[in-house]
Amino acid sequence: MRQPDSLRVDQRAEAGPYLSVSNLVVKFPSEDGIVNAVEGVNFSVTRGKTLAIVGESGSGKSVTALAIMGLVNRKSAKVTGEVWLDGEELVEKPDSGIRKLRGNKMAMIFQDPMSSLHPFYRVGAQLSEAARTHRKISKKAAREEAIEMLSRVGIPAPRRRVDDYPHQLSGGMRQRVMIAMALINSPALLIADEPTTALDVTVQAQIIDLIGQLQSEFNTAVVIITHDLGIVADIADEVAVMYAGRIVEHASTERLYASPEMPYTLGLLASIPRMDRETNRLDPIRGNPPSPLRHPDGCVFHPRCKYTDRVPNRACFEVRPELLESERNHLVRCHIPAEERRRIATSVLGAGTGGGAAIATAGAGGTGPAAPVGGPA
Amino acid sequence: MTEMSEQTEAVPEIREVPPVAPSAAEMLRVTDMKKYFPIRSRGFGLFSRTVGQVKAVDGISLNLNEGETLGLVGESGCGKSTAGRTILRLLTPTAGKIVVDGQDITSLSAEKLIPFRQKAQIIFQDPYNALNPRHTVGTIISAPFQVQKVRPKGGVKNAVYELMERVGLNPEHYNRYPNEFSGGQRQRIGIARAIALKPRFIVADEPVSALDVSIQAQILNLMRDLQEEFGIAYLFVAHDLAVVRQISHRVAVMYLGHMMETAPRKIIYSSPLHPYTHSLLSAVPIPDPKRQRGRGRILLEGDLPSPIDPPSGCVVRTRCFQAQERCAQEVPPLRELTPGHFVACHFPIEAKDLPKRIDLSAQGIEDSAAADVNRDYLEPNPSDDARVKAPGV
Ligand SMILES: Nc1ncnc2c1ncn2[C@@H]1O[C@H](COP(=O)(O)OP(=O)(O)OP(=O)(O)O)[C@@H](O)[C@H]1O
Ligand SMILES: Nc1ncnc2c1ncn2[C@@H]1O[C@H](COP(=O)(O)OP(=O)(O)OP(=O)(O)O)[C@@H](O)[C@H]1O
Ligand code: SF4
Ligand code: SF4
Ligand SMILES: [Mg+2]
Ligand SMILES: [Mg+2]
Repeated sequence: MRQPDSLRVDQRAEAGPYLSVSNLVVKFPSEDGIVNAVEGVNFSVTRGKTLAIVGESGSGKSVTALAIMGLVNRKSAKVTGEVWLDGEELVEKPDSGIRKLRGNKMAMIFQDPMSSLHPFYRVGAQLSEAARTHRKISKKAAREEAIEMLSRVGIPAPRRRVDDYPHQLSGGMRQRVMIAMALINSPALLIADEPTTALDVTVQAQIIDLIGQLQSEFNTAVVIITHDLGIVADIADEVAVMYAGRIVEHASTERLYASPEMPYTLGLLASIPRMDRETNRLDPIRGNPPSPLRHPDGCVFHPRCKYTDRVPNRACFEVRPELLESERNHLVRCHIPAEERRRIATSVLGAGTGGGAAIATAGAGGTGPAAPVGGPA
Repeated sequence: MTEMSEQTEAVPEIREVPPVAPSAAEMLRVTDMKKYFPIRSRGFGLFSRTVGQVKAVDGISLNLNEGETLGLVGESGCGKSTAGRTILRLLTPTAGKIVVDGQDITSLSAEKLIPFRQKAQIIFQDPYNALNPRHTVGTIISAPFQVQKVRPKGGVKNAVYELMERVGLNPEHYNRYPNEFSGGQRQRIGIARAIALKPRFIVADEPVSALDVSIQAQILNLMRDLQEEFGIAYLFVAHDLAVVRQISHRVAVMYLGHMMETAPRKIIYSSPLHPYTHSLLSAVPIPDPKRQRGRGRILLEGDLPSPIDPPSGCVVRTRCFQAQERCAQEVPPLRELTPGHFVACHFPIEAKDLPKRIDLSAQGIEDSAAADVNRDYLEPNPSDDARVKAPGV
């Protein structure tokens, strides 16, 4: 770590989470009504740990990230709740104060690299600028840092590439440059919003490895936003599942895949085709996510849920469930009692498949013996 | 969690990709097809000359039977879409031969292609741009009837209602515009349009890539149902190997305009032989932390070379962990190593011979016996040295 005072941060972080978000609400007034993008989100992340946020398109993942980074325009949106970063509250902080933190203590990688790289400036100039905004170093030193950073993120011939324009780089290389830019001031918090969605699996694998390496080196708290449950399984310590602006389930990664409880999570896991096994027909969640202008009453998931009849008194239709602890560190938002939720999960996902998802059958395709996978012996 | 639950849940219907009848007729045969895009430079004055060529598809051969799905996979830019479009004659092939349903369409005139388009259709990736925003859903889905001047029994409007119902759209939405629909619904509109004339062959170019997983699953199930019902043959272009496994009978792996390996689905995922296929499969993360965290990966170093100036010999050699001198000199031909399993490589390699601890694909997962055999692949990587690096060739 280059900065002496980051050592201090390290020690303080031992005490508790580096980032904690509490009751974050983001609303965008629009012509058609109020867009309820984020509806009371809570989570925290400790340095060196990775939290994944998963959920369908429009569930509020990016808006959550942007609100933390102070990038939601406060003139056009209403942001309430608290965001604590290393002991400072950000929601109430003026923009100028947040600008000092952004790119310094916290940084973000966006899905589309071109949105944060300026097309008309050489990548080296953009990297050194990022360094010089937050630290008093000479241009020359900043350029050297830029080159070093490019080589760290695996750009070949960085001394030559430093003078390239973004369009001269491949998609994977641009993503690396953006990571270099996010990490040049060794931020303690990195938010990566779908960092590999636009990339091939081969490049994705490289980028995911890279984020992991840099995280262990800088002891970074990482929030990764993705819809890819494979990436989550690969790198996250914890997972928060979002639906219609809310976290509906939150658990350690192991736990979430081994015994998910919220019907929406079950639905997601049963929907994904898997590379590692032959799946019979997928069992998708029916219908579509709700409009953010009109969230359904009761449980926001009820129009798509198969289990509303398991709850007495039409509670699913009328009463908003709270995000409650089902077991230590496993939070679930659902009216069905925990015992029964687990029974449902077992019968949907099958027991004993090593925490896997989807109903597996072996020998599909008609060649070879059809031995059933998993299931209690 | 471990006790056997009483079966309170309705057990979901268990169905596999239905096998293709062995007697199924051949729907498509492509032989040594090439598609080059010229690169022009503006010279002095008005003259432009061709200064090079993008060899997007550089000699591929494939075949497809009635009612069969061939998954076409590969990294971005390897030529999948170009191949799909050229096969449908939306692009003119540079060389080779394309036979659809017994008819050689390689050099049919635009006029002669019109009746052919009743038989062969395309579904596009992007459900947002593929539909004209100023046309109602009804107009969009009935377009093929108008273009082909087909009068369905009971009239066009009824036919469109039926199609909408068939793909899971509400026929009452006949007069709505595409922007009033979600991504998944738009993809259903595209599918309804594609199947309007009961085509026998559909090129589906990344039909679910832009969709959320739950919606993606709905569309994959729909495509499979339609295939069973109408016996449609699909060329299913995608880069998502899990999706392709879900829907394909056979899989073809492309790299830089060339075919690397083709085999029945089961073989591609459990016993591939091409080094590139191994690399590709090893890069896909498995949605199960217990399995995923122990897996090794074959890192493909660097980027895809340019299709303008592809490497000599085997095009993969600049990134291949198996590459040897011969690979730079000789183009490996696509050889049939076991029945139905074609591989273009001088040094094919079985999963069991890969460097230790690289748990590549599906082996060991299909049944528990195999999982036992491959147990050492499942152990966590103690260090990075298990990762194979490509030697600088
Ligand atoms: N600036 C804005 N003005 C109005 N509505 C917005 C704005 N930004 C986002 N929204 C809405 O807020 C909701 C949440 O959007 P968000 O971008 O967070 O979704 P997401 O979970 O990141 O989805 P995706 O997976 O598609 O990226 C959506 O309905 C979106 O349309
Ligand atoms: N009209 C065109 N003119 C020139 N080059 C083209 C044209 N269309 C495609 N190419 C080039 O041909 C190559 C293959 O492109 P193609 O779109 O077929 O790839 P793909 O495998 O479908 O990739 P993706 O997964 O990104 O869709 C690429 O190098 C591309 O840049
Ligand atoms: S609260 Fe009711 S509607 Fe919501 S997930 Fe639970 S069972 Fe389904
Ligand atoms: S021919 Fe050589 S370079 Fe090509 S895939 Fe085989 S081993 Fe690798
Ligand atoms: Mg987003
Ligand atoms: Mg394409």
